Amino acid sequence: MNVPKSTLVQMYRDMVTIRVYEETMAQVYLEGKQPVFNIAAGPVPGEMHLAAGQEPVAVGVCAHLRKDDAVVGTHRPHHFAIAKGVDLKKMTAEIFGKVTGLGRGKGGHMHLFDPEVHFSCSGIVGACIPQAAGMALAFKMRKEPRVAVAFFGEGAANQGAFHEGLNLAALWKLPVVFVVEDNGYAISVPKHKSTAIATNADRAAAYGIPGVYVGENDALAVYEAAGEAIARARRGEGPTLIEVKTYRYFGHFQGDPEVYRPKDEVARLREDDPIQKLKNHMLQSGLFTEAEIAGLEAEAKQRVEEAFAFARASAYPDPSEALMHVFVD
Amino acid sequence: MAVQTTRKLTMAKAIAEAIAQEMERDPRVFVMGEDIGVYGGIFSATDGLLEKFGPERVIDTPISETGFIGAALGAAAEGMRPIAEIMFIDFAGVCLDQIYNHIAKNTYFSAGNVNVPLVLMAAAGGGYNDAGQHSQCLWGLFAHLPGLKVVVPSTPYDAKGLMISAIRDNNPVLYIFHKGLMGLGWMTLIKDTTGPVPEEPYTIPLGKADVKREGTDVTVVSVAMGVYHALEAARELEKEGIQVEVLDLRTLVPLDREAIINSVKKTHRLLVVDEDYLSYGMTGEVAATVAEHALEYLDAPIKRLAVPDVPIPFSRPLEQFVLPDAPKIVAAVKELLNS
Ligand SMILES: Cc1ncc(C[n+]2csc(CCOP(=O)(O)OP(=O)(O)O)c2C)c(N)n1
Ligand SMILES: [Mg+2]
Repeated sequence: MNVPKSTLVQMYRDMVTIRVYEETMAQVYLEGKQPVFNIAAGPVPGEMHLAAGQEPVAVGVCAHLRKDDAVVGTHRPHHFAIAKGVDLKKMTAEIFGKVTGLGRGKGGHMHLFDPEVHFSCSGIVGACIPQAAGMALAFKMRKEPRVAVAFFGEGAANQGAFHEGLNLAALWKLPVVFVVEDNGYAISVPKHKSTAIATNADRAAAYGIPGVYVGENDALAVYEAAGEAIARARRGEGPTLIEVKTYRYFGHFQGDPEVYRPKDEVARLREDDPIQKLKNHMLQSGLFTEAEIAGLEAEAKQRVEEAFAFARASAYPDPSEALMHVFVD
Repeated sequence: MAVQTTRKLTMAKAIAEAIAQEMERDPRVFVMGEDIGVYGGIFSATDGLLEKFGPERVIDTPISETGFIGAALGAAAEGMRPIAEIMFIDFAGVCLDQIYNHIAKNTYFSAGNVNVPLVLMAAAGGGYNDAGQHSQCLWGLFAHLPGLKVVVPSTPYDAKGLMISAIRDNNPVLYIFHKGLMGLGWMTLIKDTTGPVPEEPYTIPLGKADVKREGTDVTVVSVAMGVYHALEAARELEKEGIQVEVLDLRTLVPLDREAIINSVKKTHRLLVVDEDYLSYGMTGEVAATVAEHALEYLDAPIKRLAVPDVPIPFSRPLEQFVLPDAPKIVAAVKELLNS
């Protein structure tokens, strides 16, 4: 597969940005929560679901998307948001609950909305699936060559919304791609204890649409599978279901005791790191020098640092803002 | 309230103990829900049950609320007594049809010939910045729908007795606990995280409110976290010579209207506090009860303190602004006394 250099640059930079972002967030989240963990304390209170390890799914798909294509994500949304080009400063400020955030602090980490790049997400598992179908319906009705993508976990594929959404999309031949991130777990429940078949991609057959299984946590493999699916959707040939095997490095949420998985599991998963994999590919391709790649990494780190600095320096909303925005005028 | 024990438990442990004792007593009782097995429930309400009763009676479900809540109805209709946990009450939206068109109505449609003896258990409440899909109370919504009993405990003692009653009840019971009252190590919203809980099984009748503190100047009616805040406010106000009566409804359905009326007849002033939304909810129902049956006893207009009809916002100052707390109750009581 021939991947343009500019695409490799974008994917690598986004993967590193996501990784650094999530690792930074993991540290910042603990501020004020040590030695005693209290979920309500610190500059970033509330639940925190991080996606380190899951970068390939987000970047491999989003590399094919245009600014006006739509993405709907989940309770674990940072990697999708970053890959879709959500404003990193405003996103971080939102997660800090600051007035400069995407939703002026009303939504927080699970409710990020950036209409500039047509990104949204939800804390309700499975909610994104029919919503993306509806976005695709809007594009189709107006004959716009746009595509919608729903990202969700393997756990979400057991919701009624998954089956209803796929049937609608297939029936109406909508320009939508459904992407399942199989990170092996829904909180504590492993996939084999929640899902009657081994591979969700096989469920596509029930709706007469293509189902593709990407069995490795690899950005290029995802890029290839997604390229076909998105091109197909743009041609008006209907939806595709893609499932990607991926890894979750952190707990389900920060503070998760992770009693449901072996202690050494993450260390083993980290040996097959997708960022290192893409880096190896880039070096072997002869298109990149070590220095160029280091430059991309430095750029990513700086962007993340600036975003966190912006969030910290921003003000909280005035409490009375709580009463605003229930409706628009 | 006859508490004869020095043993103290958290609310989470009290609930898990109630379920375990009923599972030992009655082989028809079983539990299902997301992450209730190995994990013991996200809020520890089923902690230790898997070890005691095994995966046949403590069933981790897929994320399929319509599936397993509908299945709870089916199992109940055919003679089992399921307890199904909907992790956060907010997620009931996913399976609302099974709850309000079926679980709540089959008894009525069958003129009582079909029993639906199940318990839906769910966590509610905010105060820890989890935003509007994970912090709602929603008990008013479910109390509005005929056919569901609605339990909302405020202490570990009540939590155990009410859970045992809920399991033994032949009707569907929605049992909503406030996360902040569960005594979880990682969510410390209150100071007293444990309370006395007798070891032996006991029941508390559904539909009996409890005077958590006697007073003569003003009645504060609430449930769950609101009771905790009201008691804190009452201690504050006592320093200024104001005697607050705190009435804990404990169940919204059945509603102990008599207890509300009796308290207002004594104090002549009423404040209703709720962490649920203000309009069309519990505070309105309690106020209407007094307006209908005890209006002539009131020395001042009724006051209500509840979430002012906005989704629960994420950001700390915004959330603190909309949630009831002790200082807001103190201020409201003073306004009541000065009016
Ligand atoms: C309707 C609904 N049910 C349950 C939950 C609680 N919950 C949040 S995330 C999650 C697990 C999701 O697993 P998966 O879809 O595999 O995504 P992952 O967390 O692995 O990224 C659960 C059960 C929820 N948020 N919404
Ligand atoms: Mg998963």
